[in-house]
Amino acid sequence: MDNNKIDKIINKYQGDASSLIQVLLEIQRENRWLPKEVLEKVSKKLKVPLSQIQHIATFYKAFSLVPRGRHEINVCTGTACHVRGSSRILDAVHRTTGVGPGETDSDLKFSLETCNCLGCCALGPVMVVDGKHHGKIAPAKAEDVLKNYD
Amino acid sequence: MPGINSPAELEELRKDILLKRDPNKPCITLCSGTACQATGSEKVAAAIEQEIEKQGLEAEIDFRRTGCHGFCEKGPIVVIYPEEICYLQVQPDDVEEIVSQTILAKKVIDRLLYVDPITGEKIVHESEIPFYKNQMRLLIGNNTKIDPKSIDDYLALGGYSALSKSLFEMTPEQVLEEIKKANLRGRGGGGFPAGMKWETTRNAPEEVKYVIVNAHEGEPGAFMDRALFTGNPHSVLEGLIIGAYAIGSHQGYIYTRHDTPQLIDNIAIALTQAKEYGLLGENILGSGFSFNVEVHLDIGIFVSGESSALMKAIEGRTPEPRPKYIHTSVSGIWEKPSNLNNVETWANVPPIINRGSEWFSSIGTEQSKGTKLISLAGNISNTGVVEVPMGTSLRKVIYDIGGGIPNGKKVKAVHIGGPLGGSIPESLLDTPVDFDELAKVGAPMGAGGMIIMDEDTCMVDVARYFLNFLTDESCGKCVPCREGIRQMLKILTNITEGSGKEGDIELLEELSEVTRDASLCALGGGASNPVLTTIRYFRDEYEAHIKEKKHPAKKQEL
Repeated sequence: MDNNKIDKIINKYQGDASSLIQVLLEIQRENRWLPKEVLEKVSKKLKVPLSQIQHIATFYKAFSLVPRGRHEINVCTGTACHVRGSSRILDAVHRTTGVGPGETDSDLKFSLETCNCLGCCALGPVMVVDGKHHGKIAPAKAEDVLKNYD
Repeated sequence: MPGINSPAELEELRKDILLKRDPNKPCITLCSGTACQATGSEKVAAAIEQEIEKQGLEAEIDFRRTGCHGFCEKGPIVVIYPEEICYLQVQPDDVEEIVSQTILAKKVIDRLLYVDPITGEKIVHESEIPFYKNQMRLLIGNNTKIDPKSIDDYLALGGYSALSKSLFEMTPEQVLEEIKKANLRGRGGGGFPAGMKWETTRNAPEEVKYVIVNAHEGEPGAFMDRALFTGNPHSVLEGLIIGAYAIGSHQGYIYTRHDTPQLIDNIAIALTQAKEYGLLGENILGSGFSFNVEVHLDIGIFVSGESSALMKAIEGRTPEPRPKYIHTSVSGIWEKPSNLNNVETWANVPPIINRGSEWFSSIGTEQSKGTKLISLAGNISNTGVVEVPMGTSLRKVIYDIGGGIPNGKKVKAVHIGGPLGGSIPESLLDTPVDFDELAKVGAPMGAGGMIIMDEDTCMVDVARYFLNFLTDESCGKCVPCREGIRQMLKILTNITEGSGKEGDIELLEELSEVTRDASLCALGGGASNPVLTTIRYFRDEYEAHIKEKKHPAKKQEL
């Protein structure tokens, strides 16, 4: 990730230490993960100890300290989706991609995450791939959907 | 738009807006809530815009993209005013017909109407559909009428009149008194009287005080706050400004999650518009009262919704709760008195000020006043956002509004209150929606998530599911919560996998007690609720798993 972009994000918050989470979020959005050099830079710029940044970056699962896949799969495992069988969707995704929740495959093709409610329980179980919702999805359909990505 | 400088100017503006609006002009409204977006509301919107343009009807038809209508099961929803004709599951292909038939030829299109599943009767008007008819939509009702991105739409419905009344006709003490008399209890889970909380912050010695909207909604299966805030952001903002006036705060925070783009946009637009109109910022409406709001986007893990954790996050630190022998209402953000209420609580404030505490307390039960928003989900025919007066029985919510259980199945249990709530059996369906009554049966209302479970649901697995969620979401600061939940999860996993032992149930009960009593915050305090209620009401299922190695709900061997 280039230094200019990082500077731009940090400057937007005027180097305010209380905006640490916002800064990390924007960097993560831009770069999809948080490399060590970037965290060191944030530490220097915001004058926040690296240990505290590590604390935040490892506390939330929304932050990744390793590279992410090109496609983000999100399977909702909220209660409504759970009672409608989301664990079978997770199994289907695992069969197709070989990754479990929180993992990325070695080709950096897919990253799989679970989330705890997307707010569209009427469509449960729900799988989201790169922001596109697939509602009331059956395991076989989930496998079909994922075959269309490369 | 120059800022409004007095209540008279506000009323003048409102009159202007209403004058420019012809109540008889056809208006197509389209639900653009989360669920409808996921079912293609974007494409329908594009089709409507194209069709209006193609037929050259820009001047004759208004088109409004609204927030969530609540009937998520049947989205995308189109309602045509002034007749209030309601079309369900509308697809882009239907749009041409809607414009030419319904708008121009005034004919109702039968195939897009709601069909009553029992009588087979077709229903034309939205408010006559049983899902809506059996509700009392005081807070969420306006969602269908306004474009959340338009402050004028909110003003046209009388918006910000409560703020003007508070600032010019009432002292802060009178506003506080009104909220106390209304007995408005916090909708976020605790049910603590909002007026008392406000008073504590007001009376706290520090000069600087903060007010906060908790729009975190981390509970799985709960989406009503997002629906309300996204669909009608000004109603929450107006409540917040009134609260700030009563408390004597000049700085507010809206705390919400980074993964709700539509909500974030709508809040940002609402804040900008309110500022432009002089309803927010310096010298609001010329009253001399000043108040600003900052939005704090967070990642939102479940524990961030806890007040002291949330306030730490606003300071830029990890959201770990602290012991609360000093309440956050006395010492919160940067150790200043900070009053936190949930989205729904704030939205209740303007109607209370406008219509009075007597009107408000005439709705509901002895100790729970007003209405309650509920996210109805799980094995239920009509998933959606529901608003009912407190005191409505769960049975009414599930059958009259929710349309019962699909596929001819029976209700086995209802889980209320999310991971810190409890599951209660079918025999208790006559329990009313009421803070105290639900707490008595072991299922505290929480924020209002209601998950219906049919006869195929394994209750031991439900308890395991919630504890699995909570192990991930516990911040790990205090040992009873971190280790207690983990050990309970281990035992529950063993039981569901067929390696449960005699004595496991008793051990779970014992661990539940310690975790509940010794944890720092409400997360650990309530974590055992799903375990305790499922043991209390479905002990036979636990025993079948342990002794007979059977899955009674699924009629399988383990």
